[in-house]
Amino acid sequence: MMTSMMTQTLSSPAKTAAHAKPKTKTIEISGLDFYYGKTKSLKNVSLDVHDKQVTAFIGPSGCGKSTLLRTLNRMYDLYPGQRAEGSILYRGRNILEPGVDVNMLRAKIGMVFQKPTPFPMSIYDNIAFGVRLYENLSRGEMDERVEWALKKAALWTEVKDKLTKSGLSLSGGQQQRLCIARGVAVKPDVLLLDEPTSALDPISTSKIEELISELKGDYTIAIVTHNMQQAARCSDYTAYMYLGELVEFGETDQLFLNPVRKETQDYITGRFG
Amino acid sequence: MDAAVNSVYRRRLLGHRIGIALSVLAMAVGLGFLLWILATLLINGFGALSHTLFTMDTPAPGSPGGVRNAIVGSLMMVGLSTLVSTPVGILAGIYLAEYGQNNKFAAVTRFVTDIMLSAPSIVIGLFVYALVVARFGHFSGYGGAIALSLIAIPVVVRTTDNMLHLVPNSLLEAAFALGAPRWKVSMTVRLRAVKAGVVTGVLLAVARIAGETAPLLFTALNNQFFSLDMKQPMANLPVAIYLFAMSSYEDWRSLAWGAALIVTFSVLLLNILSRTAFRQKNPQ
Repeated sequence: MMTSMMTQTLSSPAKTAAHAKPKTKTIEISGLDFYYGKTKSLKNVSLDVHDKQVTAFIGPSGCGKSTLLRTLNRMYDLYPGQRAEGSILYRGRNILEPGVDVNMLRAKIGMVFQKPTPFPMSIYDNIAFGVRLYENLSRGEMDERVEWALKKAALWTEVKDKLTKSGLSLSGGQQQRLCIARGVAVKPDVLLLDEPTSALDPISTSKIEELISELKGDYTIAIVTHNMQQAARCSDYTAYMYLGELVEFGETDQLFLNPVRKETQDYITGRFG
Repeated sequence: MDAAVNSVYRRRLLGHRIGIALSVLAMAVGLGFLLWILATLLINGFGALSHTLFTMDTPAPGSPGGVRNAIVGSLMMVGLSTLVSTPVGILAGIYLAEYGQNNKFAAVTRFVTDIMLSAPSIVIGLFVYALVVARFGHFSGYGGAIALSLIAIPVVVRTTDNMLHLVPNSLLEAAFALGAPRWKVSMTVRLRAVKAGVVTGVLLAVARIAGETAPLLFTALNNQFFSLDMKQPMANLPVAIYLFAMSSYEDWRSLAWGAALIVTFSVLLLNILSRTAFRQKNPQ
């Protein structure tokens, strides 16, 4: 695993902000088309998601950024009529191929959604649910894992005395952090965040943004956001999409300070969008 | 301008008042009859309530007695058919909700279930009579339980199916996103999200079969004596009410009122108890 990661070293893109350590690609998307029935909503998208980095997808509503995120864990599989063409290499394997074990893939590539979606069970069981799917832990080990995940999501101090209470009893911001804890608890490789703060107040939002920069040490993160400041604050790479096409992709500093394309410039300066 | 707005507003207000008046009237009619029935039941049944109602069996005319054998028979048959129809109905409902979108077999199942829902219960009684009673040569408690199950299953299937469709896709996606297989998502997250609704469906079914008379006339029939043997004819409250209420003996008619009171209030109590027990703490 480790060696294959190292051999995939990216020949550093010609960018101004050169990072010190060599980066590996976790996910390589190339020539991706996506269809909702007959409507083509992603057109020939190609980009790489780098290991232990935050990649943000921005763009106006309907530009395909959420669709792109949902191809990465094949969430679209649940709906007949939706299909993807092209290739998405995850650690060297094309996940769009028929033989891929989708459940295993999703255990490796976790996802947090726009609206908090706590399961109708206790806070403890919300976290343990995913862990129990793939691991056989003793009671004590599970307790540790739940505590670890809740601490990772900066929720432990708020809920440690009410782990048996329903997950639905938490506030919106807490519920979203519970969902992040739930995603982290299964120890995935990649975390996909689909507008994780759009339903939250500013305080909860800043907590989650802090969380993202902390989680990046351990996980590869891809985030869809409506909020350009959020992309600028949290991400290392940014992709600007419009009408199903990838307009520009590069290091976040570069893209925001010195965009190559005029469309990108117009969008990030608010002249369009 | 002002006058025009006022006339529009006044007309709307009038419409509003007429609408409210009509709905209150409709509610009053429905509720009125319900209260009337309950009041009559209480007035007539209350006098029949005594400990002998629960401790003695159905008597010959003129001698003291109760409906103990009918209570026990009803409990056994309704209980058995609830035990059968709850898992069958819930599992079938899950099947329909999960795989019933573009599937011929599921479409047929849903169609047949809808027909069964509206099938006259006497037809179901006759069906079980032909299938079970005629074959074994005698009426039996098992026959009664089978007939009641056939009535209860479609109710449970339909409510489970409907309830599961209320679960938002976002919740299911969240479970799938953790790598949970379909059956696991279905049995835990999806079913649990509508637990209260599914339980209500089961209760509806129990309430429905607790008062069914026609199917039992053809299957369990009746038994003068106390019996726990479901292979034999079995006493039950609805048939006891039917027989006693139609009789010319004053004491039998009084027993019928008492039995009717028992059926009605046990269904009511069951509803209240389970609604309290399964009430969702944070409905979303």
